[in-house]
This record gives sequence, C-alpha cells and structure tokens, in this order.
Amino acid sequence: MANKFKLPLSILLVLTLSAEVPGEDWDGFRGPQGNPVSLSRLPLEWDVNKGNNIAWKSPIPGRGVSGPIIVGNRIFVTASGGVNQQRLYVLCYDVKSGAQLWRRDFWATGRTYSHPTSANAAPTPVSDGKHLYAFYSSNDLICLDLDGNLKWFRGLAHDYPKAGNDVGMAASPVVAGNVVIVQVENQGDSFACAVDKISGLEVWRKPRDPRANWSSPTTYIHSNGAPTVVLQSASGLMAFDADTGASIWDLGLSCGTVSSPLVVNNSLYVTSGGITKLNLATRSGKPEVIWAVNKLNANGASPVVLGDNFYTLSGAIAKGANSRTGEILWQLRLKGRFWATPILANSHLYFVNQDGLVQIVELEGNGDSQTADIVSAIDMGESVLGSPAVADNALYIRSDKHLWKVSNTTKVK
Amino acid sequence: MNWLTVTTCLTRTIYVGLIVALCNPSLCLATEIDQLTATIRSVGPKGEGHVAAQQAWKSLAVQPASELLNVLDGFKGANNLAANWLRGAVDSIAQAALNDSKTLPEKDLRAFIINHDNAPLARLTAYEWLMRVNPQIKEELLPHFLNDNSLELRRDAVASLLQKAELSAKGDDSNTTIADYRTALKYARDLDQIDEITKQITNLGGQVDLPRHFGFLLDWHVVAPFDNTNKKGLDLEYSPEKTASSSINSKASYEGKIPSLKWKGTTSGERFGIVDLNSIYTDKYKGAIAYAHTTFESSAAQKIQLRLGCVNANKIWLNGVLLTRNNVYHANMLIDQYIVNATLKKGTNNILLKIAQNEQEEEWAQRWQFQLRICDANGTAILANDR
Repeated sequence: MANKFKLPLSILLVLTLSAEVPGEDWDGFRGPQGNPVSLSRLPLEWDVNKGNNIAWKSPIPGRGVSGPIIVGNRIFVTASGGVNQQRLYVLCYDVKSGAQLWRRDFWATGRTYSHPTSANAAPTPVSDGKHLYAFYSSNDLICLDLDGNLKWFRGLAHDYPKAGNDVGMAASPVVAGNVVIVQVENQGDSFACAVDKISGLEVWRKPRDPRANWSSPTTYIHSNGAPTVVLQSASGLMAFDADTGASIWDLGLSCGTVSSPLVVNNSLYVTSGGITKLNLATRSGKPEVIWAVNKLNANGASPVVLGDNFYTLSGAIAKGANSRTGEILWQLRLKGRFWATPILANSHLYFVNQDGLVQIVELEGNGDSQTADIVSAIDMGESVLGSPAVADNALYIRSDKHLWKVSNTTKVK
Repeated sequence: MNWLTVTTCLTRTIYVGLIVALCNPSLCLATEIDQLTATIRSVGPKGEGHVAAQQAWKSLAVQPASELLNVLDGFKGANNLAANWLRGAVDSIAQAALNDSKTLPEKDLRAFIINHDNAPLARLTAYEWLMRVNPQIKEELLPHFLNDNSLELRRDAVASLLQKAELSAKGDDSNTTIADYRTALKYARDLDQIDEITKQITNLGGQVDLPRHFGFLLDWHVVAPFDNTNKKGLDLEYSPEKTASSSINSKASYEGKIPSLKWKGTTSGERFGIVDLNSIYTDKYKGAIAYAHTTFESSAAQKIQLRLGCVNANKIWLNGVLLTRNNVYHANMLIDQYIVNATLKKGTNNILLKIAQNEQEEEWAQRWQFQLRICDANGTAILANDR
C-alpha cells in the first residue's frame, strides 16, 4: 500500500518545489520571495581548517551581520568599519574564485551605534537584478549598479534626524514594483517609506509606531495584481500597495518585532505570540486566520515553509510542523543562540548559531510523517549572525571576518 | 551701459573664453568638472537635486585619472550627502585608472593630502587610494595627521605614536615611555585609543585625568523626582525649567512626586563623568524626572558642541534655549550619543538637563544616568575658565 503512493508523492513534491522554490539568484534577505528554500545539493560535511568542501574564503573589511546575496556570478556583501562604524562598505566578489571584484566606500550620515554583537551593516542588501540596494542601521540607502557605479545615495537621517536605535537597526530592504521599501521603526522618527528604484526619490512614507522593531518587510502579488508589501510590528499587521502606498488591508494583530513575516502560496505566516498562519486569498481581500499555535514561536530567526511542512526556531529548539494545521511534528534541541534564519536545501535544514556552529538537520519524509535528526555540526571558527545564502549547489556564509563558499569539493586549500 | 555695449562685452568674453579653452583644453575640462561637482554639491535632504546630480555623476565618474585632483577639490563645501556622491565618483575613476594603467597621480595626491586647506574627507579619500599604490609612503605622511580635522587620518597618526611608545616601553626609562604615551594622548580623540593609552600610563605608575581630557562636566546640582508616569513628563514644564536661563536658587523647594524637593549638589567621580541618579535617589524612582544644572565659565563667546550620553529620555537647555529633545528610553548609553552644536557666551553659562526615567521593570531598564561634555567639532575638550 505504501509503495502505491510513492510515485504520486514524488511528483507532488517536485510540483511543490517548482511552485515554491525560485531560480538560483539569492537576491535579498532569506532569498527570493523571502522563503529560504533551495533546490541545491549542499555538503553535509566540511572543515574550515583543512579546507574540505571549502571552495574559497575571502576576507571582509570591517564588521557586519548582514547576509550575502547572489546575482548571476557575483556575490554582494555589506560591511561597516571605523571606531563608530561610520564607514560603509559595499563589496562585490566573484562566485567562482572568491576574488573581490570591487569595493565601494561611503560614510554614514545617521546614527551608527549598535550593541557590540551587531553592526551598522546589519540589514541584508537586495537586488532587482540590475541594481544593488545597500541599507545600513544608520539609515543610509545606497543604489549602485552591479559594477559598483553609484546611482544615488539617500541619507534618510537627513530627512528624519531622530530616526535611529542605538541598539542597532536591522530591518532589510525589499524591492517590489518600482520601489525599494525600508522599515525604519524606532523610538524617534519612526516610519516606513518607498523610494523610486531609479531616481531614489521618495514615493510614499507611512508614519509608524514609535517603538523599536527589527522585523523586515516582505512582499507578494495581491490578487488584484498589485505588488504588495507587508509590514509587521507590535502594533499591527498591514499591507500596502508597493507602488502607491495605498492601504490594502490592516489587521490589528500584534506581531513580533524581531523575526519577519513570510508569504508562501497565498499564505502569510507571522509571529504573534506563537505563529499565526493567514489566508491571503480571501473574497474580502482581507487575510483570515487559518491557524495560530502558541508553541510555534520564532525568536531571532524567521520561519521556513516547504509544501506541507513548516519550520521554525524557538530559542534553540528547532520545530517542524504541519503547515496546513500547525500541528507540531518534531522538535530538536540545538546548541547556542541564533539570529540567522535557517535555510532548507535538499531535505536538510542548515542552522547557524551566533558562535558559527552550523548544525545540519536531515528531514525524513514529508507531511505528517516527517522526522528529523541532527546529522552534522561544523564549527566555522568565527561568529555568524547573518543568514546564509544558497545558489548553484553552494552555501555562502558571512562570518565576522570572512565570506565563505561551501560546496561539494574535496579540494584542500 | 546700453544693450549694444552689453552684447559686445558678452561676445568678447565668450570669444576670449573660447580662445583660452582651445589653447588650454585642461582648463576647459577643469571648468567642466567644477560645474559637475557643483551640481553634486547641491544634493540635499529628501532627494533634492538628485536628478541633476545623477547626470553629473555619470560624466564625472568617467573622467581620466589626471582629473582626480579636480574632483577631490569638489569636496570643499560639500555636505555629507554630496561627499558620498563624490566619493563614489573618485572610487570609480581611481579604480578604472588602476585597472588600466596600475598607476595614479601619486605626486599630486601626496601634495593634496598634506594640504590641510583641502576638505578632510577628500584628503582621506586621496590617502586611501595612495595607500593602494604606494603604501611605503605612509610613514612619511603620518606626522602630518597628528592634529588632523579628519579623525580617521588622526587615528592612524596616533596609532603610529602608540607603536613608538610600545617600543620605548621595552627600554628601562619609564619616564620616557610615559612621555611618549602622553604625546599620543594629546592627539588621541578615539575612545579605544584613549583607553589603551590610559591603561599603559597607569601601569607605568602615571595618572590620566580622563574627565579633563574629554571635557566632562563633573559638578552638578540635581533635583528629583517629578512625575513621568506613562512617559508624559518629558514635555511637561516643571518649575526648574521655567528658570533654565539662570542659576539655580539653592533654597527653592518644589512639589514633585513627593513634596518639598530641593537641589542637591553632586560631583561625579566616575572616569567618564557619569552621574548616576539612582545612587543619589536610592528609592530608585520609576516614572520620574530629574533636572540637573551646572554652570560653565567661558573666556569668550565661542562655538562648541555639547555631547550627551544618556540611557533615558532627555532635554538640554543652554542659557534657557532648548537645544535638543530625545524621547528614547533604554536603547543603549554611549559617550557622545547625542551631539548638538551651540554657542557659549562670554562669562557664566547655565546648562540644564532633564533626564526622564520610564516605568519599565526589566533589569536592563533600571539605569537613570547621564554624562555631558563640552568640546569642539573634533572632540577636543573645551574647559571652563575655573577648572
């Protein structure tokens, strides 16, 4: 009986993957569409000292907790340096060799302070495939082409001088429609705004609750065809037409302020106490709760979804659940404290804790029958707070001082 | 002068300009670059000047390396937004030159760097590119940076002095070593370097007056607690701020959260001048406002910066003028966290602070403290006459 269903399940999995897993570019925080899932086959073992399965490692100036992104054959990373993190770096590396192709230096124009574990370069940059948008805790937003030519520089602190959080800001920008959207929520000048991708001019701006929030925006295409941005905060969950700023819906649902919302297949997952799943494809156009499970909480890391399975990290406990019902299927205690969002590739979840320990969890089966087991733990030897990136069967990890490419090669460097 | 005369003069000027430009193409190019950098210098808040700046940037970024100095000249008078646009242009020009010919105009860059009339960020940019092609010249340049308006260049020079002092420490003469460290301290403005120097001097038996080096104000009169329930007190005008322009009346009595509040004198003994209100008001008030007053005797009217570190919401008045309001609670406390430009008058200046504690109960939200210093734009302490 079991064999009878093997083929249909495999086909279903492939269909599910093709619907939810995007192409090979990893163009922003948590990858394309904000769901860090990849078809890549990644190594289960590597050794940073001996170089096994380390394709290359390249030094990064300054510091940073932003994640790398990949566009074509280039990797882009931000960093910040100087005594007060006032120096802003945008760096471009070659995917194949790890060689630095170019570096651009700028100076922060806003507040640069942060907790020692964070950095001015905390938000992960984003690309529309032609341009790179680098954002910093100091609220400096820089647009470059992929060759490093400056298109525009916006110091948002010039416009809103009280914007900032001396613990550090971290929300990553997103691109939707014709705009780049940033969420700048803090106790001072608190707002979200969209700037034109090409000119850098402000298209719309929304005042936001003056409370600290590190959650990043996410995007989806509304049923009316509008590119839509979702903003979550402790005071509510809202969606806006990305191009016009018109309100699309507004739920009085108090959400978490660290992890970020996730949209997969017309479903929206947010932290609100635990995790709440909402249906975006409703007749009214206003999301409706499908399930809410308090025990499925997400702290620093954001959730991941593939098919009928949902994954989250509550403190150091990895949890797998049925994405249709929220029923918890398995739990595993990991080591350490986490900020990076895990990535899912080829039935393996890669969790990286802040000490740089990569813990790989193998997933057996799908849906309700899924089980999980820790199969590997690899020490990167450096602190890692940024979420990794994946492309073309390679894992890219940004540690405190280096950018690493991990792929199946036995070459020793 | 009639219209014919004007036209004639104008025509002559254009002809002369054309002749000069034709005879001297580099002058023509320099003029064009001046116009391009001027356009970029016009960028301002909210995207002001962006469209024109984008066009100008495209033309600027493809200039030959021989024009680097003209582009660097364009930093003069640039706000920090424009400086970033110009930095991007310099980086593109210099990188292209290195890719093509592996060279930069080293001699010109060197002369530009050591000329302190040039904009600090432009000199820093020039220095960083020169280091890529000729790092050996660094030691020769560093002495030029000791008292630099570019704090990044100054930092490199101080680091060099620290290396010298470390070498000196290997000898037997601790007085020489201390003197070397004191020279470094004189020029140091970065906290980590000052900390390191202080540690070394102290280990050698010397002393460093850190509050004096930074210009922290240590002597205060404080009065508390006034009500800040639900964080509403920051914008309520309690009695002490009605007389913010004058010296305090030490005999005054106020009604606050408790009756008959009076000013108390306090002197910070903390190495960075922190005044801890919880150690003065041991009932550890929550939802409470404190006022802190001090005076500063200035030898002349002068421009200064007031630099506040404070983990609580706060306001600063100088001679009765409200300079800043920061409605932020428990989001870190750092030296120089809030910086405001101000002008001292000659004689006695009255400084009043309002420090607002909220009602958060978390352990990390209990601090109620501040530190304030007076310095110039480089962070060099400005001390009162009577200190």
